[in-house]
Amino acid sequence: MSKSVTYEPTVGLEVHVQLKTQTKIWCGCPNRYGNPPNTDICPVCMGYPGALPVLNARAVELTVRAGLLLGCDISRYSKWDRKNYFYPDMPKNFQISQYDLPLCVGGGLEIEVGGEKKRVSLTRIHLEEDVAKNTHLSGRSVIDFNRAGTPLMEIVTEPDLSNADEAMAFLLGLKEILSYGEISDCNLEEGNIRCDINCSVRPVGAAELGTKAEIKNMNTFKGVHRALSYEIKRQTAEVLRGGEIVQETRRWDDGGGVTQSMRTKEYAHDYRYFPEPDLVPVRLAEESIEEIQSKLPEMPSSRRIRFVESYGLPEYDAGVLVAEKEISEFYESVARLNHNYKSISNWIMTELLRALSESGKSLSASSISPEALAGLIDLIDEKKINMAGAKEVFQTLFDEGGDPAAIVDAKGLSQVSDQGAIEAFVDQAIQENEKSANDVREGKDKALQFLMGQVMRLSRGKANPQVVLSLLREKLGN
Amino acid sequence: MGDLQAKTLHELADLLATGDCCAEEITSDVLAAVDDRNEGLNAYIDLDAERALAEARAADDARAKGDARPFLGIPIAVKDVLNIKGQPCTCASAILKGYRAPYDATCIGNLRRAGFSFVGRLNMDEFAMGGSTENSVYGPAHNPRNVEYVTGGSSGGSAAAVAGGLAVAAIGSDTGGSIRQPASFCGCVGLKPTYGRVSRYGLVAFASSLDQVGPLTRDVQDAAILLEHLSGHDPMDSTSIDQRAPAFRAGDATDLRGMRLGMPKEYFVEGMDPDVAKSVRAAIDICAELGAEIVDVSLPHTEYSIAVYYIIATAEASSNLARFDGVRYGARVSGEDPIELYGKTRSAGFGNEVKRRIILGTYVLSSGYYDAYYLRAQKVRTLLRRDFEEAFGRCDAIVAPVSPSAAFKIGEKVDDPLQMYLGDVLTVPANLAGIPGISVPCGETSGGLPIGLQILGPDFGEEAILKVAHAYERSR
Repeated sequence: MSKSVTYEPTVGLEVHVQLKTQTKIWCGCPNRYGNPPNTDICPVCMGYPGALPVLNARAVELTVRAGLLLGCDISRYSKWDRKNYFYPDMPKNFQISQYDLPLCVGGGLEIEVGGEKKRVSLTRIHLEEDVAKNTHLSGRSVIDFNRAGTPLMEIVTEPDLSNADEAMAFLLGLKEILSYGEISDCNLEEGNIRCDINCSVRPVGAAELGTKAEIKNMNTFKGVHRALSYEIKRQTAEVLRGGEIVQETRRWDDGGGVTQSMRTKEYAHDYRYFPEPDLVPVRLAEESIEEIQSKLPEMPSSRRIRFVESYGLPEYDAGVLVAEKEISEFYESVARLNHNYKSISNWIMTELLRALSESGKSLSASSISPEALAGLIDLIDEKKINMAGAKEVFQTLFDEGGDPAAIVDAKGLSQVSDQGAIEAFVDQAIQENEKSANDVREGKDKALQFLMGQVMRLSRGKANPQVVLSLLREKLGN
Repeated sequence: MGDLQAKTLHELADLLATGDCCAEEITSDVLAAVDDRNEGLNAYIDLDAERALAEARAADDARAKGDARPFLGIPIAVKDVLNIKGQPCTCASAILKGYRAPYDATCIGNLRRAGFSFVGRLNMDEFAMGGSTENSVYGPAHNPRNVEYVTGGSSGGSAAAVAGGLAVAAIGSDTGGSIRQPASFCGCVGLKPTYGRVSRYGLVAFASSLDQVGPLTRDVQDAAILLEHLSGHDPMDSTSIDQRAPAFRAGDATDLRGMRLGMPKEYFVEGMDPDVAKSVRAAIDICAELGAEIVDVSLPHTEYSIAVYYIIATAEASSNLARFDGVRYGARVSGEDPIELYGKTRSAGFGNEVKRRIILGTYVLSSGYYDAYYLRAQKVRTLLRRDFEEAFGRCDAIVAPVSPSAAFKIGEKVDDPLQMYLGDVLTVPANLAGIPGISVPCGETSGGLPIGLQILGPDFGEEAILKVAHAYERSR
């Protein structure tokens, strides 16, 4: 291959999403994460002799909801098929999935990267069951079947993505919809979203796709970005060298920063699909689809508009608050209790997001309640505490919870606004810092800041800064 | 008494009601008969005498305290293919050695609620694959009429136990004739319900779209009684249908006036045992004497039924039996990696016929062959079903032989699987079409081996076939 040919990557994703249902897809076992191994199981999800599957209607409902939100055609008739292969994480050694007639067809998502908008088309969305979880210990492997039978929605994109940034934007956009749509908890640590990457390269302008390699089971978005960036480089370098891409499955080695060919014994991928004889096809009535449509949860774009209109917030604020569903809901809970809408927004955008980022916790794992934040803002508005003190109280609320007024008392953070008390500190500061006082009289602002600091120090941070400032100005004629 | 195990369910219910016997006595008689004669027949492969007697005593106590369920405490036996909580369930296979059912099959639960108890587990062809009960890890079952002959299969132990007086009644399963054919070979009644009438939850699956659980009994009335209790919609089985079983009573059928019985010419096959043909025709003549109008019908696609069956059934079985891998239950032979573990476990655990069918089923589903075999077979299946729909437009029930032959000698066909398969030609169509069928004894060969009359009905037409079967039975 001549080096003067440039290559472009084409990327498609297969995203597996665990649905937010109460129970598993074929049985009544709880759909829960984190229980002791092999406790959320029954003959059905364990593949015991004689067990049969029964469809969880809610899993279908959530998949249809996803299809509607992503602009897919909802199939009025779809069916189940057996995908046959042997592996220890498969209780039946076949997976019940959908082969040729999936629940949703087509659809797409608009992404924006570097200021440019692009539409990523979907091929289809179908429903299937998740497999059990293998863990490899030294010398043996163990299997936890709690996850087996979790309803899994598979979203397949067309090879419309061109680079790692676009893949990331797609995944983030998808997560926003799934989260707002209450379709999945989208908790990556719990494995709610996993994705397979299909990547190939071709000469720019070529009609056909190049040979693709598949990187399976990515479970973080950053991992996807890193793996895809590497794989694109690898494939491009390979073809520029005159080599050929092998159609294969590769593993992302995050530590080493490379994808590796999986030279494990590959089963011939003949899944011998045939219609699942234990289940009837899914026939969706128009009324059912209409009902799901009518009950769609509020999506980010609508919520952003509503935040601007109802709370009078700037568009920027609305954008930040709505970016995470949990955060926007927290905002609204506080706003029900406290009508200082802009103040609430400021506190969330600065202090709350900072605390979440620093601690690595999720909002639900933190201890701060909407009532607490509302109360704290009231204390500031009533001038019972200054900003420095308020930030300290906030951190305590975040880490330990509690009532803001009680924390203020316990820590002795009540703001001193009493003119007389502050005047004493101001006089003391002026007396102890003659030079600075003179500088202020001469109009040097820096000296004013310094004296303010001294007063705050003397008052152990409790003096009301506005009162301090006005007293200093008054006494020093600034 | 000493002979209670030879009575029918309805006779025992009467005796229990009048206090002329108790459950413990019935159970003791069953156990004594098993003790005496099972070794020669190999019908039972598991029995827990202590548990059976304890359950019988508990039933008698309950009856004394006012529990008036008519069948309370009557022991019946079950083909080793149904999950009964706490009992082994091996499907006559080495691969399920050690497996104890953690749950009751729904149909078993239904029978339990009616008061029945389960005295022992019956021999069968491994995983219900066979027509002679020679494919069993426990060795073949023997025909009570002549122990050198097969019982038929796969519910051979069930038929032998009932016909041989070792059980009052038995539960079996029918995928391609596995209730009707052994009933015919051994000389008892065997009923395959309409597909969907009896829940399959808890029945170890052979072919999901063909399997049905059904009774093997001494008379038609007993079959109706068990059908009533077995049936019903089950939320745990997506293929089960909400259809109340007919409340069939003996008095409902004494003659067949007003009924049209179809005689399919394709079912009197060339090469059929002349004794069988003669016996079945004579039975049909009796039906005519009882007032039925006999009409000729044609089921033109019958000749394809074996091919269609052995493609669809083995395909579904190859998938259904994939779960037997030694990982979660049953026997395990260890390996260095999963593939080795699976290979060793399944090679050691499955018998030859099971392996044969798994390979056949895998082949017909495989890439490049699916369209030519599996898909095509499903299409022809539709044609087979349409044959019946057409025929039932002109008759209320179909009368025919069950099998081209009566029982054959043990060992005679084991080396010729295809010969064995061809024997199913008259029973598999009912499974493929989903319709109900019953076999009722109608004679014997010159060698003294039983012959059965098969009566087939339209979907949910059990009432019609029970009526014909009972009227005929009464006339003998």
